[in-house]
Amino acid sequence: MTDKKKVLVQVKDLVQTFNAGKKNEVKAIQDVTFDIYEGETLGLVGESGSGKTTTGRAIIRLYDPTSGEVLFEGKDIAKLKNGSKEMLDFRRQTQMIFQDPYASLNPRMKVKDIIAEGLDIHHLVNSEKERDDRVAELLEEVGLNADHSTRYPHEFSGGQRQRIGIARALAVEPKFIIADEPISALDVSIQAQVVNLMKDIQDKQGLTYLFIAHDLSMVKYISDRIAVMHYGKIVELASSDEVYNHPLHPYTESLLSAIPEPDPDTERLRVPIPYDAAKVEDDRPRKMVEVYPGHFVFAAEDEIQGYKDAAAKAHAND
Amino acid sequence: MDRILDVKDLAIDFATFAGPVHAIRHVSFHLDKGETLAIVGESGSGKSVTMRTVMGLLANNASITSGEVLLEGDDILKKSEKEMNAMRGNDVAMIFQDPMTSLDPTMTIGKQVAEPLLLHNDISKKAALKEAVRTLELVGINDAESRLNDYPHQFSGGQRQRIVIAIAIINHPKILIADEPTTALDVTIQAQIIHLLKDLQTKIDTAIIFITHDLGVVAGIADRVEVMYAGKIIEYGDVDEVFYNPQHPYTWGLLEAMPTLETKRDRLFAIPGTPPDLLDPPKGDAFAPRNPFAMQIDTEQEPPFFPVSPTHYAATWLLHPDAPKVEVPEEIKRRWGIWAAKHPAKEAD
Repeated sequence: MTDKKKVLVQVKDLVQTFNAGKKNEVKAIQDVTFDIYEGETLGLVGESGSGKTTTGRAIIRLYDPTSGEVLFEGKDIAKLKNGSKEMLDFRRQTQMIFQDPYASLNPRMKVKDIIAEGLDIHHLVNSEKERDDRVAELLEEVGLNADHSTRYPHEFSGGQRQRIGIARALAVEPKFIIADEPISALDVSIQAQVVNLMKDIQDKQGLTYLFIAHDLSMVKYISDRIAVMHYGKIVELASSDEVYNHPLHPYTESLLSAIPEPDPDTERLRVPIPYDAAKVEDDRPRKMVEVYPGHFVFAAEDEIQGYKDAAAKAHAND
Repeated sequence: MDRILDVKDLAIDFATFAGPVHAIRHVSFHLDKGETLAIVGESGSGKSVTMRTVMGLLANNASITSGEVLLEGDDILKKSEKEMNAMRGNDVAMIFQDPMTSLDPTMTIGKQVAEPLLLHNDISKKAALKEAVRTLELVGINDAESRLNDYPHQFSGGQRQRIVIAIAIINHPKILIADEPTTALDVTIQAQIIHLLKDLQTKIDTAIIFITHDLGVVAGIADRVEVMYAGKIIEYGDVDEVFYNPQHPYTWGLLEAMPTLETKRDRLFAIPGTPPDLLDPPKGDAFAPRNPFAMQIDTEQEPPFFPVSPTHYAATWLLHPDAPKVEVPEEIKRRWGIWAAKHPAKEAD
């Protein structure tokens, strides 16, 4: 990662608490801090309930943050007023692709109306013809036939629906796309098609992605950098090679040791490393510390040196 | 080896408004005592339907148009509903994909685990609950006795799947069918459940049929593997044979499409296109339209099974003696290399 890269999204000490002050209070994410650079793909991994989706939704301001801030191009999005021009503009520049291609498309709308909804809201087209042309262009961009625009979602397969969801997100020419588990509902052979499509579009349009997933091998493939979440906190953040080759936080080590590979010999020898939360999740204050250039770990004061030594040792063997 | 299940020439149609969907198109396979057979395929390939037939759980619009399913020599397709009820949960048990929906939310765990025992055996409630505690401990639920009166929502996803497994194994079934049992779970929990299933298999001596689309999981658990596509088995063999000496282009595609942690290419390999419509299955090899190695004959005539070894068969015309040699993908070459290194003698000819 070069230092010259421009920061597009800055997340600072973000806290999201649901039912605050009540008996059923949930601290979904705590003190989450990270940057997303323009043009990169940041992968966000973690088990269910770790706060990945909440983080994504907070960044796109589907929630009002409890504390902390999210800056998009330097502007605090929590301060944008609903209905204001700035808010509308922010909504155009950030788009989302959802997990379930069956639930995320309105079954009673034609494909062209689903895709063009954003165009209408943001007044990006001036005539019916321009609208149809733009929809046709978008459908072709995601590998679908332009003739399909008058069909309804149920006429498409899961992979095709996910392509429609991508076309809808692209319609308003966003800068930043949050993809929340965009491939986990798809078959293996279709997953690769959708991931390739997302990569192609990124190369062409210079998009920035936040790619949320629990399938670690796919995340490694698509991401430039990876953030690992556990219990509402980011525990490790580094370039994707760095996270996979030199994991430092015990949770990351445990997670990586459990990924099955399509190789019987490897699997026969696999010994998953159990994760002992007690060791690294006591009540001591912890923060993200850069223990090696570009490699951050969530650590307490007295743990820092240990991580630094481990990182230096791992790199000595490179 | 003792054969416990023999499925012969099974064909199943589903009646729909558009006409019959040929979901299973003449499938034959067998299962030996104590082994783990993995069935791999995409959604719609027929893997779940095949297993539901073995459980006698087909939907009302399904009709079995040919074949037999022999459980220790008895054709279960000829059994009455009463006989099937005696078999289900006793000789053959099933674990479903989603542990959130396969437990009854209004019934205590103790009752749910003891239920199959009470249904199939002449046993007192007290004794059944005692056995439920033992089984729950076997599947790794700590302090099971004090949790018998808890409800499913009081357990985590991984624990719920353990409870589902306890229900399935309490009668020591001869066959345990696991339909994507780890798909809904996180990767660390998935590893624990797979370890548990392997461990249980040695303890209660059951044969396991493991349905999944995750080849990583298959590599870790299976003794033998069957690959299904468009309602047919297209390749089967021992786990090493299918992973290191694959022969069918569809198997190649599946193996190539999985990014391993080492993958660092610009693009992922993707099998082009989508599976065929089984309302009107294509003539010839159903995979031909998506197959870069397809020949003229693939579009005309269905390939038979060609033997690769006494235990390994693949239905592709590429194995015909007159077929041209094709340039196999890099990833498959790498796998064949591992196979050759393991079997130097066979490589000589």
